[in-house]
Amino acid sequence: MAQVLSPLPGTFYTKPSPEAEVFKSEGAAVAVGDTIALVEVMKTFIEIKSEIAGTFTSYLIEDGTPVQAGQALAEVAG
Amino acid sequence: MTLKIKNPGLATSIQDLGRIGYFHLGIPIGGAMDRYALRAANMLVGNDEGAACLEAVFMGPEIEFTETATVAVTGAELPIKVDGEIQDSWSSFVVKAGQTLSFGFLQSGARIYIAVSGGITTPEALGSRSTYPIGALGGVEGRAIQAGDELPTGGTQGAGAGRTVADSLRRKPDTPARLRVLPGLYWHRLTDEAGAAFFEDEWKVAPEADRMGYRFKGGRPLEFVDREQPFGAGADPSNIVDGCYSYGSIQVPGGTEPIVLHRDAVSGGGYFTLGAIISADMDLIGQLQPHTPVKFEKVDMDQSLAARRDRKAMLERIRQDLS
Repeated sequence: MAQVLSPLPGTFYTKPSPEAEVFKSEGAAVAVGDTIALVEVMKTFIEIKSEIAGTFTSYLIEDGTPVQAGQALAEVAG
Repeated sequence: MTLKIKNPGLATSIQDLGRIGYFHLGIPIGGAMDRYALRAANMLVGNDEGAACLEAVFMGPEIEFTETATVAVTGAELPIKVDGEIQDSWSSFVVKAGQTLSFGFLQSGARIYIAVSGGITTPEALGSRSTYPIGALGGVEGRAIQAGDELPTGGTQGAGAGRTVADSLRRKPDTPARLRVLPGLYWHRLTDEAGAAFFEDEWKVAPEADRMGYRFKGGRPLEFVDREQPFGAGADPSNIVDGCYSYGSIQVPGGTEPIVLHRDAVSGGGYFTLGAIISADMDLIGQLQPHTPVKFEKVDMDQSLAARRDRKAMLERIRQDLS
């Protein structure tokens, strides 16, 4: 099990837009470089990409909540 | 000597002490958000205090050095690595030719200043190397740095490793951050209750805060004194007949979210400003992360000038320690 960490502080989103589906659902395949989530800061949305390949387990925090740098955002089973 | 940018970070830009003398033409001073940290970084490596550095926000860049240089990183706490080996912040260290400077996850603060001996020597625009992206001035072709950029430096060896700024002289915001405010020309537009509430409430830094303005959320909406709308002012009670803005001035569009104008400020407009953050506390704003709690504290002109003297005295102590 590996965690995807936020490289920066901001607001966390699990979807590319409010109406869209989440980037990854439980059981989805994850490849290195896949976008897992977004963090918004300074009017910029930063794509959070997976550094490992595996199977998506879950998001660890809720859509739309504040995050800090280094905080775990999601889990991927390698 | 050049700095090869392998990864730029989020919005890393070249900054010095700014472009003085063009605000009346709408071109802001720009320069380091935390000037104190930039001056300290330059002193540590043996540069002039106003030499151009890299300002990185929330995330550090990854930089390969083509020649050996003295380096210092001040401001936020963001673990510093040279070929993976951790270095102390607010201290000078040596990066050898071929080595790579990189960073870990942000621990506290918001912005780091990376000084390299000899300074960054990209061309000046209107007397400064500071990057002002909206006006496409300074920096690298007027923009933030990108992967593949090669930044020229003065190429000196610098002051060498092991110089450090004492803990007591590393200026950082408290929790909650305390920002001192001098009430201004339009203070009379607020009701007494609203004026008191502004200072009583705890505010939080909004995620959209950037070099132009730092926005705050979470306090009670401001209420305004009734008025007859002046000719040329908008209908909203937070509107005025257009006026000049100062650095640090606090506008509150619609009375809901205060915005402190910072180094890349607009020079004028049609919102009332309730006052200004004192000059001594502007650097602290540059170190605030989104969602950081903040209290505004009312001060008078004497207290503002005393705070400015205190900050100058701290800088002078760093100068003495490193001379």
